[in-house]
Amino acid sequence: MVENRPWANLIAHIILISGVALVAFPVYVAIVASTHSLSGLLQGTLPLLPGGHGIENYTRMWQSGVSNAGAPPAALMLWNSFIMAMAITVGKLSISLLSAFAIVYFRFRFRMFFFWVIFVTLMLPVEVRIIPTFQVVADLKMLNSFAGLSIPLIASATATFLFRQFFMTIPEEMLEAARVDGAGPLKFFKDILMPLSVTNIAALFVIMFIYGWNQYLWPLIITTDPDYYTIVMGIQRMTSEENPQWQLVMAAVVMAALPPVLVILFMQRLFVKGLTETEK
Amino acid sequence: MASITLEGLKKTYSGDVHAVKGIDLQIEDGEFVVLVGPSGCGKSTLLRMVAGLETITEGTLKIGDRVVNKLEPAERDIAMVFQNYALYPHMTVYNNLAYGLKNRGFNKEDIEKRVRIAAKMLEIEEFLERKPRKLSGGQRQRVAMGRALVREPAAFLFDEPLSNLDAKLRVQMRVEIKQLQRRLKTTSLYVTHDQLEAMTLGDRLVVLNAGQIEQVGTPMEIYARPASMFVAGFIGSPAMNMLPVDYLNEQGANGLLDNLPDGTDVVGIRPDDMHLAPPTAPHLIVDSTLALFEAAGAESHLYVTLADSDQPTVIRVSGQPPVAEGETLRFFVTRDALHPFNSATGKRTGD
Repeated sequence: MVENRPWANLIAHIILISGVALVAFPVYVAIVASTHSLSGLLQGTLPLLPGGHGIENYTRMWQSGVSNAGAPPAALMLWNSFIMAMAITVGKLSISLLSAFAIVYFRFRFRMFFFWVIFVTLMLPVEVRIIPTFQVVADLKMLNSFAGLSIPLIASATATFLFRQFFMTIPEEMLEAARVDGAGPLKFFKDILMPLSVTNIAALFVIMFIYGWNQYLWPLIITTDPDYYTIVMGIQRMTSEENPQWQLVMAAVVMAALPPVLVILFMQRLFVKGLTETEK
Repeated sequence: MASITLEGLKKTYSGDVHAVKGIDLQIEDGEFVVLVGPSGCGKSTLLRMVAGLETITEGTLKIGDRVVNKLEPAERDIAMVFQNYALYPHMTVYNNLAYGLKNRGFNKEDIEKRVRIAAKMLEIEEFLERKPRKLSGGQRQRVAMGRALVREPAAFLFDEPLSNLDAKLRVQMRVEIKQLQRRLKTTSLYVTHDQLEAMTLGDRLVVLNAGQIEQVGTPMEIYARPASMFVAGFIGSPAMNMLPVDYLNEQGANGLLDNLPDGTDVVGIRPDDMHLAPPTAPHLIVDSTLALFEAAGAESHLYVTLADSDQPTVIRVSGQPPVAEGETLRFFVTRDALHPFNSATGKRTGD
């Protein structure tokens, strides 16, 4: 906007700042709380300034966890979460890229039927099919394993649908030019389609990673071995204890929030770059 | 380098749509053939069948001595220039040119050498490291040509490559394409709907209408002796005027129309062959009213309505004659300027 109206500017800023404050304040409280001792936290009002137990709390959470509450060391849980989230993200992206490629570029029988089947599953969240999925995973002996944590969540109708829509905007001539240039279907996919989809891949990577990272119900159901606990689960377990150690919970919360933030920061550069540099 | 032979080529889409209805054509080695026709006449479909981007329903297609009906585009040894260029947006110009060579397993030095030669020929050397989006329309057009050139294919196929350019650039590129083809002597098949482009570029023209060949010949043959009313109307601008013989007889034909071939009921007259001053040779005389005067610099177009008729007619004269709209004009036509047609068959009746 090129308007010059000081009052409008001021009001806009006040609204924006209060919005930011509203979102940022709880995060600030969590960070502050993670630097106090338990007794410091339980004395009436919540402290708003950082305390002196930060390093102690984080080291304890990172190295030993709260074993009596069923929370193994945060290092392990973060690692588990990371593996699960990455497996889900990479799996979802590869499968949906390939299925969108098949649906858009190949003429086979029941093509539209398969597309609609995929599309219909968009309407089914994990929770709806969780019991049958559990049965299947249990029968395949995948309980308490990374395969069991990630594979059932890999199929993604959303990503398939988005890639399909994107592929359909790529001019037909691009495929024809590649064919004349001697590129077979897989070469076309690898050399033309993938580089053109970088922006979409980056955006979906962020969304899918956060989706995977925040999985709670599914890991809770299929893992009974603390070696496979994820951080989101662990936090929940610590808070459901009789006397939760809030300073450790908060330390875990801060650590759990970091990886998605890092992924967004890293990927944002990629997709802003992608958005400005690709053109059909 | 190879000839291209089309024998009874047909394309039928589901739902009984006959896009191409049996084309026989022989394109000699090194020849520049232009397929020209109105939109929807099947010219692009035909080109895409030659390229291998459309399947052939019926007939045989040979490039050189090979029957290529079932071969993939890459195996036909052809290169194609697309209307919207279809450059790979994420690759530099260099990689755009090199991609086809890489896929064919050329080694790095050969690729480098060929790309440099092609880039030099097309004067795009300085853009080699840029991405296509940083280029202007004319430069993209050159890159698209370069992509065809580096492959040194048996034949070039052009699908309306100039239609996205502005008028001035189009003329310039037209000249360059012609010169390039003369130099390389690569068999070329060029599709356009622009009759001027077709006339100036082609060694031979193939005029298509509704999926069939109307006429094949050199540009001047087709201009001087159109085989049908369709060709007569399509080639040449402004289009040829069609006047019924009966009408001309009523207007006073001086017996000039008595020896027209049998079956002639319409004669075509090019706008340039209608003179405002009486020629010395025996001539027809027609009266008309000037409806619109269009000055186009070196020449003028006079849109007239004929006396006792509502037939729209165009006259082209050089310079600017001293006439005013609404004025009555008398124009003269000699016998040798008449193209005799039969309106029922649409064909030329003789001469």
